[in-house]
Amino acid sequence: MPELTYAQALNQALREEMWRDPNIVLLGEDIGKYGGVFGVTRGLYDEFGGARVRDCPLNEASIVGFGIGLALAGMRAVTELEFMDFCTYAMDQITNQAPKLRYIWGGQVKVPLVVRMPIVAELGFGSQHSQSLEAWFMHVPGLKVAIPSTAYDAKGLLKTALRDDNPIVFIENVKLYATKSEIPDDEYLISFGKADIKREGDAVTIVAISAMVPEALQAADELARVGISAEVIDPRTLAPLDADTIIASVQKTGRLIVAHKAHKTGGVGAEIAQLVSERAFDALDAPVVRVAAQDVPIAASQPLEAATFPGAKELVSAARKLVNR
Amino acid sequence: MELITAKQIELLKQMWRIRCFEEQAIRLYGEGYYRGSTHPYIGQEATAVGACAALRPTDPVLATYRGHGVCIAKGSDPQRMMAEILGKETGLCHGKGGSMHLADASVGFVGSNAVVSAHIPMAGGVALAQQLNHTGAVVACFFGDGASCEGIFYETCNMAALWKLPLVFVVENNEFAISTHVSESISVPHIAQRAQAFGFPGVTVDGCDVLAVYAAMSAAAARARSGDGPTLVEAQTIRWTRHSAVSAGGYGAGKDAERWRATDPIPRYSEWLVTQELIAPDEPARIEQAARAEIERAVKFAIESPLPAVEQLHEDIFA
Repeated sequence: MPELTYAQALNQALREEMWRDPNIVLLGEDIGKYGGVFGVTRGLYDEFGGARVRDCPLNEASIVGFGIGLALAGMRAVTELEFMDFCTYAMDQITNQAPKLRYIWGGQVKVPLVVRMPIVAELGFGSQHSQSLEAWFMHVPGLKVAIPSTAYDAKGLLKTALRDDNPIVFIENVKLYATKSEIPDDEYLISFGKADIKREGDAVTIVAISAMVPEALQAADELARVGISAEVIDPRTLAPLDADTIIASVQKTGRLIVAHKAHKTGGVGAEIAQLVSERAFDALDAPVVRVAAQDVPIAASQPLEAATFPGAKELVSAARKLVNR
Repeated sequence: MELITAKQIELLKQMWRIRCFEEQAIRLYGEGYYRGSTHPYIGQEATAVGACAALRPTDPVLATYRGHGVCIAKGSDPQRMMAEILGKETGLCHGKGGSMHLADASVGFVGSNAVVSAHIPMAGGVALAQQLNHTGAVVACFFGDGASCEGIFYETCNMAALWKLPLVFVVENNEFAISTHVSESISVPHIAQRAQAFGFPGVTVDGCDVLAVYAAMSAAAARARSGDGPTLVEAQTIRWTRHSAVSAGGYGAGKDAERWRATDPIPRYSEWLVTQELIAPDEPARIEQAARAEIERAVKFAIESPLPAVEQLHEDIFA
């Protein structure tokens, strides 16, 4: 099987689905000849032309709004936001419009829309380009939210998203774009709402999101050396969330760490911790621990940025403390 | 573009349907038949009716929370509209939308939207789909003077002009936000002037003259259909009521009421039809009575319709 990077896998998913479905139109900034700010749409303009791979002016709100309009008219839109942080410009369209229209219009319309946006954390871009805002979208009924951590998952989930008739926020991660997976030659899809156990273990469960997944796997290696067996779960989609897989793991291990690069307060980790509290409180041998970014704006300077975000080291220390409690 | 007599009479019927519908919607709100609010179209009837008459039935239309008038003008069923406003199962949206979120896909009314200007880029996307699929359809996007101040309107103007989309922007300039007059919120005398910045035509018409609106809209639709891109049609109209049923009073007392009577699009058009000998002098009164009776039936239907079952709470979230 060929190895592809995360970015190449996304590109392949877009290419395959655009061949399969002539209704798919891509809208974004510099996604045409240039191939996207991080190269995800490279080559698609040459292959499918400017009518379907559309360079837009710099107006995130209208890019998503046009995507909704295309979807209302029976097409299927993929809109690219260059950095996740820029979703703030498009929030009305993403949260107030796309996920509501079908419901408030009594099922008369469908909104097949994929809003792609990458997290660009830990690369020195500073506070307005480095945020992980996935919790905002998980909060909104009517939206589906995917947040893959590997090239393999990215391809399978994006292909599924491109066949779904609902609005989907598809959260990528630039720090992961160069990481590789073996990608099967045969077509495959990954269902939403199915977590992946990235590593099995029985002493502590680590639910990790996006770039925290490779950190959790590294932490699990280190923990194994001191005799602690960690299970690493990647939810892969936050809406729908595969609570069953998480609960089953906690019932086995009795201990849970939720880990993300998003700020700690009001993050996805809080939601997962509460779900476990509601459904598996008796299985817990210790309080749930959150390993997350500090609640500070993200600084550009390297040591300040490094002190903001958690990594494998913080996970190892949290797990050791939790297991030896 | 010439109108045949039957269609000319239909314009009057539609304006009366809207007038009666809104009078009843206000009454029912006051009597506690529904909650939230409602944003009447009274005084603006000629804009929706004249503009929609210039479109084909297959042309998609998008409008605002002050959208009852456009919904009727596009051909929707007043019974199902009133039932929707009352939150009933038989409503256009099974009661989930209410007064501000009417939609009727069966007549190409791709909905009213309750966030000022949010539907404008969607109209751009619907127009882009018509262009990509060579449907020959034109999209009309109605919005108010307030929406013409939102940034997303300018974004869409730029994209629509750049891509020569089959789109007509219809600004229903009714002069007021809740209380702020356009002279205190808009930097140029005419909203239509704003089109110049994007290189497409902007025209200002008397929005209380149904034939003037029809003519301007016909020209704009023809231009859009021939591939020349968007037009901004500013209909100068007058809102007779407060912004919404829950807004504070004090709007439009004294002098304004005189002005409304002077510009009322309905008697004005009735007189024209009679003067032109297109209808008999007693015909306008008969048309009014028929509209009143039709809307009263709609009210009865709405009141007698069942409320949605709570089980429907979880339906239609996802396709």
